[in-house]
Amino acid sequence: MAQEEQSTRSIYTDLDDSTDEEINKWERTFRLWRETLKEHWGMLTDELSVKLSMLTVAGFMLIAIFAPFIATHQPLQRQFQGDAGIIQDKWAEPSLLGGDTEYLLGTTAEGFDIFSQLVYGTRAALLVGLIAAFFTAGIGTLVGLVAGYYGGKVDDALMRIVDFLYGMPLLPTVIVLVAVLGPDLWNIILALIILQWRSTARVIRSQSLSLRERPFVKAAEVAGAGDWHIISRHLAPNVLPMTFLYGSFGIAWAILAEAGISFIGLGDPNTVSWGTMLQASRAYSALSFGAWWWFVPPGICIGLLVISGFLIGRGYEEITNPKIQ
Amino acid sequence: MSGNEVLLEVDDLKKHFKVNQGWIASLVESFGRGEPDYVHAVDGVSFELREGETLGLAGESGCGKTTTGMSLVKLHDPTAGDIVYDDTRLSEASDAEIKQFRQNAQMIFQDPFESLNPRMTVYDTVAEPLRIHDIRNETARVQRALEFAELLPAEHYFDQYPHELSGGQRQRVAIARALVLDPDFIVADEPVSMLDVSLRAGVLSLLDRMTDEFGLSVVYISHDLSLLRHMCDRLAIMYMGKIVEKGPTDQIIENPQHPYTQALINAVPVPDPAVGRERVELQGEVGDVIDIPTGCRFKNRCSEYIGDVCDQVVPPLEAKTDFEQDVACHLYDSAEGYDPYQEMTGSPSAAETGDEPESTPADD
Ligand SMILES: Nc1ncnc2c1ncn2[C@@H]1O[C@H](COP(=O)(O)OP(=O)(O)OP(=O)(O)O)[C@@H](O)[C@H]1O
Ligand code: SF4
Ligand SMILES: [Mg+2]
Repeated sequence: MAQEEQSTRSIYTDLDDSTDEEINKWERTFRLWRETLKEHWGMLTDELSVKLSMLTVAGFMLIAIFAPFIATHQPLQRQFQGDAGIIQDKWAEPSLLGGDTEYLLGTTAEGFDIFSQLVYGTRAALLVGLIAAFFTAGIGTLVGLVAGYYGGKVDDALMRIVDFLYGMPLLPTVIVLVAVLGPDLWNIILALIILQWRSTARVIRSQSLSLRERPFVKAAEVAGAGDWHIISRHLAPNVLPMTFLYGSFGIAWAILAEAGISFIGLGDPNTVSWGTMLQASRAYSALSFGAWWWFVPPGICIGLLVISGFLIGRGYEEITNPKIQ
Repeated sequence: MSGNEVLLEVDDLKKHFKVNQGWIASLVESFGRGEPDYVHAVDGVSFELREGETLGLAGESGCGKTTTGMSLVKLHDPTAGDIVYDDTRLSEASDAEIKQFRQNAQMIFQDPFESLNPRMTVYDTVAEPLRIHDIRNETARVQRALEFAELLPAEHYFDQYPHELSGGQRQRVAIARALVLDPDFIVADEPVSMLDVSLRAGVLSLLDRMTDEFGLSVVYISHDLSLLRHMCDRLAIMYMGKIVEKGPTDQIIENPQHPYTQALINAVPVPDPAVGRERVELQGEVGDVIDIPTGCRFKNRCSEYIGDVCDQVVPPLEAKTDFEQDVACHLYDSAEGYDPYQEMTGSPSAAETGDEPESTPADD
């Protein structure tokens, strides 16, 4: 082929540019994404601990979605004895342990069904965990990318904000926010997001800083790529694993934080969460009544979900670690 | 290839980097530590690149080859001086002209393991410049480029990721990416130095074909003179950010005039296990690129040192009476009648015409 082209001084001159045959871009992009995801998923689920964690999270998700069908009672409806319903059914023993009641895990000092509270508490936990993690990872990644790519004054300004947020301690900030905005689950989520994106932003920024100096970014620049093109095509895909990592850690962290906030009594009184259950059991001294079934189940649930989140994150970390090529 | 028209003219190009551009340092600096220091990476370089010509840039590590190359494709904005492409001064070019320039100037980088985005397929990597410039017939062009780079069958490589390829294959992808826009010139920065020795010949012959079949102009950066001798029509030897000798390849290799070029040619490349490539080692230390010494930059390593004139007057790169190439050294008589000794008696260090006075004497 060399001979015929020698005279033209280009290997493209004979291309007919009036027709524009191209492989279907969207289809191809979609297929490549699917392959990448499949590959990552395969690597993730290779590890037994990650697989178990995923099953745990999936189980909790199902419980959260089908809570109304699983729960035997309304979580915030007081239960009464007999058909007449005069005496509140407090401190009922769990039927699971052979108690002569209709309550799987007994009732609380307020006459709420513990099992149903536990089931609905899953909703609150996942809501807080997923939403807070999504936004912290999202905001953190965006800020980190912009700060790392543009550097200079933009970077300085954004990192000053991050430094400022690092100076804000969790509980006092939440107390202030809840005091101002009201003790609502959404306000707690908001507070967690505000406090949590900082760490993602820092990590993503330092990654972007080094990525933007890599020759493949230089090559895109030489080809004439604009800022947004480079950020979205070259930086973002390479920091995305880190985003997922921080996202999954974020889920665990947010659930733990919400439980802690609720436990000290700053929770949303109109929402059942595992944290508010713990708080109520402490307020009514469940321990001294020997009613351990009130506080042990939510404790176990928190532990399971948080540990699962961390294990998934850890598993993903192994994928994110730069491959020895 | 003998197009004679000048494609690119580099006019007294300078690129200085602020020392410690890291954020910690800039923080320290913001607390008032006075004037920042500058690395004089490229410090007044002029040359022409003609159509179809291959120009070699050689010199020791750190002499500013890569910085010059990157400035040529506008990866750096020059500190001073200018580049003229197609009668346009790049410093004054409009957006459209810059876009036009971007289509015609490409670069091949040293490290094929770093120059491809690990999360982009071969197809997307090579197609990217076409998408940026909205060029039609993407698939056909990508295929042509890959075929030219001898990645056959091209379709087989479309969906591969860099980690599935060998170093040689990656460098071929990088070459395909550089060629897909059908550019006028390419800067190839040590394109084979990171490759396994067994793969070099293949990539080199590809680069050779590239100049032949595309009629491309190439700036070929390397520390390996034997390689440049094989690839280049003309050579420019750099030392501490300046060109010390420039001319036809054969002239320079067979009849080097500048003491530095002579030392470079006599030096045997030694393998450097730390970098995984060979490097040239000469006697003595390269001078300070921050506090530039007065006079000739090579003076404290030069075996031909001829006294105060070397110490005080910067030798300009100029035509000499006795040979074809341009040399920046006081040993030879200027063809234009320039007399460095005149500069000594007069004001001490107004060496080059129009050049700012050199900075304070170095501590050597
Ligand atoms: N972005 C930068 N910021 C600060 N200093 C730089 C930068 N790029 C290069 N330098 C400095 O400029 C000088 C010239 O570097 P350059 O990379 O151009 O040399 P080189 O001739 O390509 O060397 P090598 O053979 O090692 O590749 C060096 O002292 C280097 O440390
Ligand atoms: S000018 Fe003097 S010091 Fe410099 S290379 Fe020539 S002889 Fe050596
Ligand atoms: Mg270099």
